[in-house]
Amino acid sequence: MSQVSVRDLWMEYPGQVVLERVNLEIPSGSFNVLIGPSGCGKTTFLRLLLSMERPTKGAILLDGNALPPEPGPDRGIVFQRYSVFPHLTVIQNVILGLEFARSPGLGKLFGAARRRAIEEAERCIESVGLDGARDKYPAQLSGGMQQRLAIAQTLIRRPKLLLLDEPFGALDPGTKQQMYELTTRLWQEEKITVFMVSHDLKEAFTLATRVLTFDKVRIDPDAPGRYGATITYDLPIARKAAFAEA
Amino acid sequence: MKHRLINLRPSRGGRIAWGAAPFIAAVAVYFVFSALRLAENPNDKLLPGLSSFGAAIRRVAIDRDMRTGQILLWLDTLSSLRRLAFGLGASTVLGLAFGVATGVIPYLRAGLSPFIAVLSMIPPMAVLPILFIVFGLDELSKVVLIAIGITPFLIRDLALRIAEMPGELIIKAETLGASTWQIILRVVLPQIVPRLADSLRLSLGPAWLFLISAEAIAAQDGLGYRIFLMRRYLAMDVILPYVAWITLLAFVMDWLLRLFNRRCFPWLTATS
Repeated sequence: MSQVSVRDLWMEYPGQVVLERVNLEIPSGSFNVLIGPSGCGKTTFLRLLLSMERPTKGAILLDGNALPPEPGPDRGIVFQRYSVFPHLTVIQNVILGLEFARSPGLGKLFGAARRRAIEEAERCIESVGLDGARDKYPAQLSGGMQQRLAIAQTLIRRPKLLLLDEPFGALDPGTKQQMYELTTRLWQEEKITVFMVSHDLKEAFTLATRVLTFDKVRIDPDAPGRYGATITYDLPIARKAAFAEA
Repeated sequence: MKHRLINLRPSRGGRIAWGAAPFIAAVAVYFVFSALRLAENPNDKLLPGLSSFGAAIRRVAIDRDMRTGQILLWLDTLSSLRRLAFGLGASTVLGLAFGVATGVIPYLRAGLSPFIAVLSMIPPMAVLPILFIVFGLDELSKVVLIAIGITPFLIRDLALRIAEMPGELIIKAETLGASTWQIILRVVLPQIVPRLADSLRLSLGPAWLFLISAEAIAAQDGLGYRIFLMRRYLAMDVILPYVAWITLLAFVMDWLLRLFNRRCFPWLTATS
């Protein structure tokens, strides 16, 4: 279970309202894509989901409980860039989450515990199609492979929510298509609730069970920061939604 | 075919030749002027010739000193390198500890950064008398001078480097369940140690400067002590080889640090 409720959410910076009156009920296992023009608050919404920021008003509930005040292993994130650790190889990047969990003192596993972690990580690497690159550093991987690694690294902690911040924005069209297939497959296998920020409509409708568009409904021409954005369209995509429930 | 100057590049052999040219020119200029002066006055001490250098080097680097029974160059080198090692070692440990602490933990940054920023503006040579008074005239005051001279730079440089690390990496580590301590250990330190080695390379110049200054003022041995002692006798035949030796030592240390980075951190140079 990983169901999200957003209750009357407001987000204000000094002199600027970013989000206003956001209300949402997100069922477990849905694939939500957030779209809208630049600066409309969709990334801010993702940052709120990740607890990188606190809302000015309102609350986000995860399975009925308020979100923890800081990022944690219940919510995984893949950024557009800098999502993987440049000083670790592919396998080291993936076992890192297990090492953090199982070795509080050193954050590093040795011996049999390390071998077990590596076995788990190898399955994870295989499922994202990186088995050939096990011992490479991120700088030796293409952009698409780096994002595959970022996804594998995140999924090994089995988060309740997977947050994707324009993860495929810097990839070429062919690679994007492969990433769509991979993301869809992993989403189905893991039965995970996904929030993805995108500015690509086609991408949104390819992947989502639900497309949420953010925009401003009120505009004060003399004070552009006066009103914030909210969800203007909430579009369920029937075919995929049916699959999610099945 | 016409090329812009910025697009003309020397070949590999050409680079070596171009690189060697200024060295050869400097040596040639020296010996020409040395020969001119010696032709006028065979006892000239200012620009000694090859034979004087040979004799002086034998005197300090091979023969034992008549008074102390030791080989002066090795005695001086050992003393100076020991002071330098302790000074650089202490600076490295302190720089890493405080640099990481102020770089990672906002409360420590708020509490310590302004203080360190002011400390780093104190000219270390201005506090040397205080060090001599507090720590005495022997080893400790020299080590402390080197540490005071370069630690604030290392702390501030490392804290800046940490601030430059993409925030996404820290957030990502948090979402993988890492504690502050685990983030320092597994994310920040491994990425910052190569930077530390680079900062140390830049600190080698100041470190030698502080060492030689301290030795010049109060010491019984050391490379800086010997140079300033020889100045009294206008013994350029000893001073110049000592300067060359110090330069060589500094160059080797710089090269070792560079080698350390290349060998220990293959990810720094990894590319597809």
